[in-house]
Formats: sequence, structure tokens, C-alpha cells
Amino acid sequence: MNHMLSIREVSKSFGSHKALDTINLEIPENAIFGLLGPNGAGKTTLIRIINQITYPDSGEVLFAGEPLRPEHIAEIGYLPEERGLYKSMKVGEQALYLAQLKGLSRAEAKKRLLHWFEKLEIGDWWNRKVQELSKGMAQKIQFIVTVLHEPRLLIFDEPFSGFDPINAALIKDRILELKEQGASIIFSTHRMESVEELCEYIGLIHNSRLILEGKLSAIRKAHKDNRYRVCWEPAAATEGLTAIEQRFSVANPRFDAEEGSWDFEMKLEEHQKAEALAILAGSGNLATFQEWIPSANDIFIQTVKNQESHA
Amino acid sequence: MRKLGLIIRREYLAKVRNKSFVVMTFLSPILLVGMIVLIAYLTKVNDDEKRSIALLNQSDFFKESFQTSGGLRFIHLKGLNIEEAKDCTLAGEYYGLLHLPDRNNAEDVAADAFFFTAEAPSTNILQDLEGFFEEELRAGRLESLGVTAEQYAGVRKGYELETATFSGERSGKGLNEIKAIVGGAFGYLIMMFIIIYGGFVMRSVIEEKTSRIIEVIISSVKPFQLMMGKIIGTSLAGVTQFLIWIFSASLLMVVALMFMDIDPTILMKGTPAPGMPMEGLPDDATTRLILEEFLKIPMGLLIGCFLIYFVLGYLIYSSIYAAIGAAVDNETDTQQFIFPIILPLMLAIYVGFFSVFSNPNGPIAVGFSIFPLTSPIVMLMRLPGGIGEGGVPLWQLLASIALLLITFIGIVWLTARIYRTGILMYGKKPTYKDLYKWLKY
Repeated sequence: MNHMLSIREVSKSFGSHKALDTINLEIPENAIFGLLGPNGAGKTTLIRIINQITYPDSGEVLFAGEPLRPEHIAEIGYLPEERGLYKSMKVGEQALYLAQLKGLSRAEAKKRLLHWFEKLEIGDWWNRKVQELSKGMAQKIQFIVTVLHEPRLLIFDEPFSGFDPINAALIKDRILELKEQGASIIFSTHRMESVEELCEYIGLIHNSRLILEGKLSAIRKAHKDNRYRVCWEPAAATEGLTAIEQRFSVANPRFDAEEGSWDFEMKLEEHQKAEALAILAGSGNLATFQEWIPSANDIFIQTVKNQESHA
Repeated sequence: MRKLGLIIRREYLAKVRNKSFVVMTFLSPILLVGMIVLIAYLTKVNDDEKRSIALLNQSDFFKESFQTSGGLRFIHLKGLNIEEAKDCTLAGEYYGLLHLPDRNNAEDVAADAFFFTAEAPSTNILQDLEGFFEEELRAGRLESLGVTAEQYAGVRKGYELETATFSGERSGKGLNEIKAIVGGAFGYLIMMFIIIYGGFVMRSVIEEKTSRIIEVIISSVKPFQLMMGKIIGTSLAGVTQFLIWIFSASLLMVVALMFMDIDPTILMKGTPAPGMPMEGLPDDATTRLILEEFLKIPMGLLIGCFLIYFVLGYLIYSSIYAAIGAAVDNETDTQQFIFPIILPLMLAIYVGFFSVFSNPNGPIAVGFSIFPLTSPIVMLMRLPGGIGEGGVPLWQLLASIALLLITFIGIVWLTARIYRTGILMYGKKPTYKDLYKWLKY
């Protein structure tokens, strides 16, 4: 598998504060990579290094196998978390300016812009001033400017902040579409819900260190702890969970009187699974029997907690 | 380079399309010329006004002294006593009443003369009246001494020490000042330009920070390119504005003066009181000397050096302004950093005017004209004296420019580092210590 970016032994300090501590990370090509971490963990510093806004104290970054060079800027599209537009400039003129700074010719930039304006249903904004736009509207312009030069690598830092749900969905679809067209995407956020739907790979940064990295599905599997969620109606209504609780480890039981059903969690070793299933199915109606797979949020919290308890 | 061009273009257009900039550009010359015309007009009106003064001369002296002239008109009252004369003055709404009592000689008449007014009289009028008395009294005293007016004029003749350089060129008093004023005008222009457009650069940087566009931009261009583009674009807008100002102000001035029929020289001289000898005004020979000296000012050299000092001085100061803009989040936080910039500029203007006026080649003048933060202004004040003998030694000019160039490189390097870090810092009011730390990031 090819890597869009290889981050090798990258460290960066600001005075006495170590912002990044020997980060090693591979960003896969043509995939969506979630760069996660609490605020202040070092995500933005890493992204700025990739964008050559700052430079690492040590270590190197390879872009498609080559050491990062100024020319690579034209192949990267970056939507920063702190983003804005010149307030007194007109929308179209401003978009043209930003596109030209990325290396597009004026004519080409204009052609592509008109196409994108049409696509995001903002064709009539061209001559309006930015200060007349709402925050969500300005975000759309910023998104267009980020992707306009068709970069191979796209970096979105908290891309959905400031969008209403409808426009957030619109932008999400565009991001997925860009991935289909071959772009590699880094998606930085501390909001885990959005990670599940989009990212195939994640890297978790905490206190300047990379503490977890890999394919999201694999990480989730690795973090499961043999817990099962069960919803079960005993055949005899009088029969409680007592028999089950005696045999297996049960947690958080809850009885729904209306349905006459129990909701609970079971912790089962691999060899107990068949036995538990047989008993539950034999003595009542087994509505749900589902292995609990941790969400990114759970993994995030758990990993950070582990780190802190080790430290 | 293409990106730098794009940035310069944007900064220039953003500036010249800005409404307040456009208003300032076109309103300032109108205001300036309007003010000058108003002053000229008022001066003219003031001159035209005549004060009427009632004169009751009961003596046999001073018969011919009080003639209507300048701003004073005399109304001679005859055959009235003093009380009647006072009533008459009030009834006629005259400015005042001058009473000369009947005495045996002019000295006694003058001693007992009185000037009555409704309110305390203006000093100018008093001086004028006193002048009339003095003239007559002087003539009388001279006569009693047996001295003729011609002899007296011979006694009064002044003396001026002639001065020359060793090579034999005649020089005149006040010529150093004139030269320094010509150079000072250029120096002052540089200072004004730095303060106005340096401030623009700073505000433009702050705007990029507060609008949060900065990170979007510097993911495409180097911070240094952005900073330089901003400085150059803003200064081009400034040059445009200055040219419009100079052109339109001179045009307006000419039109206004022609239209209003105001003699431009009225502004040059004050309003000399009538009857007063115009002492201190240079005679023809001195005027010619000053003019000669004026023409001797090496204009080519001066303008060439002006361009060098202007460009380097402006770049040094405006990059400091840019760094300040990058370091803060809003304009109110800039004060603590701006004062140290303005200080050398003010120092240059004041020390320059004092030391260069009195001695263009003295140690203070030389020191400040070589020290890089003040040299753009002070050296330009010295340069009208030319280079070489009697003027600025060539080595001083070269040293000054070389130092300025080195400082320029050093300052731009330093400020670029502060700028690079500062533009990405939000929410914290930085201290000088922080700035020092940023240099090392």
C-alpha cells in the first residue's frame, strides 16, 4: 500500500513546551485518515508542519515518497480550523485571488469556480461582499477554495464547525466524492461522532505523542472486551435473571415491565458464548444478542485514560 | 515572484478601493487649500479694515504727524473741549480718542497725551500711535542737538560681518538654516510617510488576523512573501495618494488664488505694522545670496539620496509595524510597541533641526546622520550642503547608507520571524519577552 505522507520522527518544541514528540505516522493514499486528539494535543502543529507553515525541529515528512518541498504546497489543500475571508472583498474576486495563490491561472480558476459555485448552489454570490454572508455561507466559499486546485492531499481541520446539519451533510458528500476521485484526506477533529462515518484510518495524538494508529475497524476489534448486549424475554414471566446471573457475569440489568423483557450486558469468554446462547434461547425469546464494539469515542476516552494512569 | 505580484496587487487594490482612503485622498487637498485660502482671505480682510481714531490736538505741535495710513484713519476734531470730544467719539463710534493737551514744547505734549478707548486698545494700534510720536520727537531732539536727519541715518547704519568659505565662496547668515529646511522637508516627508503608511501596514496585518484568513493565505505563500507584498502594496498605494495630493493641491492652490485674487506673497510675510521699520528683513544683496545658495543645493544628489533613504527607511520601519501587527490581536494592544518606533523618528526630526541648524557637521549631526534609525531624516537635512568640502564627507554618506542597508537586512530578518510566529498566535497580549522567544521558534 502506498503512503501519501510519511511522517518520520518528527519533533517540534515551542520554547520549553514540546508540541510534538517523535511522531511516526503513515497517511495512506486515497483514504480518509482521522487525526484525533483533545484540544492542544498537537494536531494543528502537525498539520502546519505538513503545510510547511512551520518546520519540525527534527525528523522529516515525505510527500508521496519525496521529502517535502515548497512545490508540494500546490498539491495540498488545507482548510484550517481558524479560517476566515477578507471582509471587504467581493466573494468572486477573493476566491479568484486565493485560487491564483495556489498556482491556478486566472482563467482556469474562474472556470472551476463557476462550476463549483453552481454545484453548491451559490452561483449568485459572485459579486457580493463577504461581510454580507452568514458564517455557514462563508464556510462554503472556504471549502471551495480549499479543493479548487484539485490537490492530491486534502487536510480539513474541524471542517463541520459552523455548518448547519443540511450543509454539513452537503459538505460530507463532497468530501466522500473527492475521495472517490482519488484524493487522500486528513480529517482532524476532536468530535468523535463524525469520525465513525468517514474515516477508515485514525491516529490519536495525546500530549504531543501519537498513542494509537491504524485502521479504524481493526482498532475497534482490538478494543472490544467480550461484552455482549442482550435483550431477552424469559418464557416464564416470574423467572428473573437469577439463573443467568449465577452462571455468567451480568452487568446493568434493567427490566422493562411493559414488554416483560430484560436488557443487560454479559461478559463472556469465547468458550462460554455457545452455552450462553443456548440457555438464553432455550428459556425464553432472545431479541438481541450483540457483541459490543467500542465507538471511536470510547476508544479515545479509554486510551487517553490508560495513558494517564501509566504516566 | 508571481505570488508576490498577486499579493502586491491585492493589497494595493484593497487599499485604494477603501472608502475612507478614497475620501482622504480627495478631501485632504481640498481641506488644505481651503484652509490656506481662508487664512489668506482673513488676513486680507484684516488688512483692509481701518480703525477710525478721533484726534483732539490742542497743542501747536504734531500738526503733520498723524496722517491716515495703514490701518488707522484720523478724524481731526477742532474747537472742542475734552468732554465734548469724548462724547463726539462715542457718538461717532470711533475706536478711540487721542488727546494732545496744550503745552509749551513737544516733549511735554507727548508726556501728557492720552489715548481714551472703550476697551483696552490693541497693542498693534498703540505701537502705531507711539511710532508717530517717536518720529516727531526724534526729529525735535536731533534738531536741538544740531544733527541733521542725514547725519543721523549715517549713525544708525548697521554692520554685518561678511563670511566666506576658505575656497573663497561667499556664504551668508541663515544659509545653513535654509539648506537644512530644504533637506528637512524631505526628511519630514519620510517621517510622515512612515507613520501614516506604516500604520496602514500594521492595521492590515491585524485585519488578516482578526478575520482569520491568515492561515488560509500562508498555507499557499510564505509569510515573508505576504509581509513584503503587504508592505510594497501599501506603499504603492501611499505613493499614489501622495502624488494625487501634491498634484491636486498645487492645482487647486493656483486656481483658488487666481479666482480669489489673493497675492500669494501675503502668506510669506506676516502683516508688518504700518509705520514700523521692517527690521530683520533681508536686503536685496542677502536675498540674492540666499537665492544663489538655493540654486547651489545639489538637487540631483538630494533626490537620489532621498529615494535611497526613503525606500530603506520605509522598509525598515514598516516591517517593524508589520511585526507589531502580527504580535497583537487588536489595535489597542499596539500602543506599548509603537512608542519605541515613533521615538527615533521624533528624535531625528527635533535633534536634526536643532543640531543641523546650528552646525551641520557637528558631532551630534554626524552621529544621528549615521545611526540607521535616524539617518534617513538627519542625513537628508545635511545633504543640501553638498558632498565634500563644506558639506557631508563622502565617507559619512557611504557609511550611513551601508549601515542602513545592514540594519535593513537585520531588521527584516528579525521582524519576519516575529511576524511568522505572531500571525498564528491568538488571544494573548504578548510581552517583549514573548517576542524574544518567538525569534527562536
